[in-house]
Amino acid sequence: MPDRERLSIMIAAIARLLQGLRHVAVGAASPVPAAATLLARELAGRRLVVSILGSAQHNPFTDGGRELFDCAAQGRLDAFFLSGAQIDATGAVNLLGLGDPRAPDRRFLGNFGAPYLASLVPNVILCRTDHGPRSLVEKVDFVTAPGRDGQRLVTDRCVFVRVDGRFVLESRHAGETSDSLRAATGFAFAEKPDAGITPGPDARMRDLLEGPVAEAMQAVYPDLAALLRR
Amino acid sequence: MSTAAALASRIPDGCHLALAPDYSGCSLVTIRELIRRGASNLHLTGLPQLGLQADLLLGAGCVASIETAAISLGDLGIAPAFERARRAGTVRITESTCPAIHAGLTAAEKGISHLPLAGVIGSDLVNLRPDWRIIDDPYGPGRILLVPAIRPDILLCHAALADPAGNLWIGVRRELMLAAHAARRTLATVEEILGHDLLADDVWAAGSIPSLYVDAIALAPNGAAPVGLRGRYPADRSTLRAYAEAARTPAGFTRFVDAWLADA
Repeated sequence: MPDRERLSIMIAAIARLLQGLRHVAVGAASPVPAAATLLARELAGRRLVVSILGSAQHNPFTDGGRELFDCAAQGRLDAFFLSGAQIDATGAVNLLGLGDPRAPDRRFLGNFGAPYLASLVPNVILCRTDHGPRSLVEKVDFVTAPGRDGQRLVTDRCVFVRVDGRFVLESRHAGETSDSLRAATGFAFAEKPDAGITPGPDARMRDLLEGPVAEAMQAVYPDLAALLRR
Repeated sequence: MSTAAALASRIPDGCHLALAPDYSGCSLVTIRELIRRGASNLHLTGLPQLGLQADLLLGAGCVASIETAAISLGDLGIAPAFERARRAGTVRITESTCPAIHAGLTAAEKGISHLPLAGVIGSDLVNLRPDWRIIDDPYGPGRILLVPAIRPDILLCHAALADPAGNLWIGVRRELMLAAHAARRTLATVEEILGHDLLADDVWAAGSIPSLYVDAIALAPNGAAPVGLRGRYPADRSTLRAYAEAARTPAGFTRFVDAWLADA
């Protein structure tokens, strides 16, 4: 897990991408997207509907496992988060395994809902807290979900956005340089002309993170809640 | 009144068994009886993913194949007995995605052969599923995926409440309702049997699987341990961690399961 400052930058960057949305869902095992979504909800005066899978408290659904997916196909879900053991230069993610998909050398947990949600949810935000050359690769071994233009990848080092089929650097977090990012990334990338430093959380965001966001995170992600509160 | 052992005896070797994920309603107490009996050649479908129940059955050699969107021990990671079976080539794996399993069950629920499903086209997953079809959408633009019906022989689940007439209360866990509609039979263990009719009060009826779909119910308090049951008791984290650690080796798995079998 990155340190508190890096996590706060990621959370703030993602929360800014969620401004103005009505319904955002967060998959299982996604503490940083959960914190960002809860922060966006506070910034929106709680008008944002938040679904956190695995949380009894943040669950607006009453029709079982299929409801989230039906919502997505109807256009009632504005944003969702994906990660992947591999994410490539086109924004494709691999949740299945390395090597031959019929008999992977290493198998991950499985595709979950990603093959479906990726093409139906208008804002799919990719997130990885361990930016490195083995996870960010030129081409994934298996396309669980393809990427698309406009898609963001937020890591603990920078923010990429896909333009004309490939990720370009949109901003780098404080402490990173072009060289440090290139050394840590398994694909080549261009930089947007205006690529600067990713804005961190402002004073209001910091207050919200330490207060209501940490509190709302307590039951489902206690470790990150404690880190935010400190 | 039935028992978990009696429920297990109604699950024949070779049958197609639908199992809930760890967060929904898992009849671990019946899984234990299946392992005790030495059940074999089971075909498991996850609703829509598989967890501890499947890993225990896989480690005990009860499983021939699985169809699932994912298999894991949740935040404890890779399901260790599954991983061993996969590497040994002793389990056939049909990869899926959550909404395709919900759609296949919905087709079975409606008594039809297949259901169209949005999305998914563009994922390499379609290359792993020769049984899936992509057609020109006859009523809309572009192409659409068709997935075949999934009709399990048996849904096995655990729920909080039932009544003497055999109605089963599952609350908001409506993937169990869908699976009960889709499966030929439903077998359930419960925490409690109420004295009154669940269907007599709309508040309860809305969250209840009618006895029409339910073939047998057994009283089994704490029957979802160690994964826990929503609204009743949490997961037993120390036991789950002990399993995740022990099951990394065949000997450790056997020790864990032997102790579990001896426990009741």
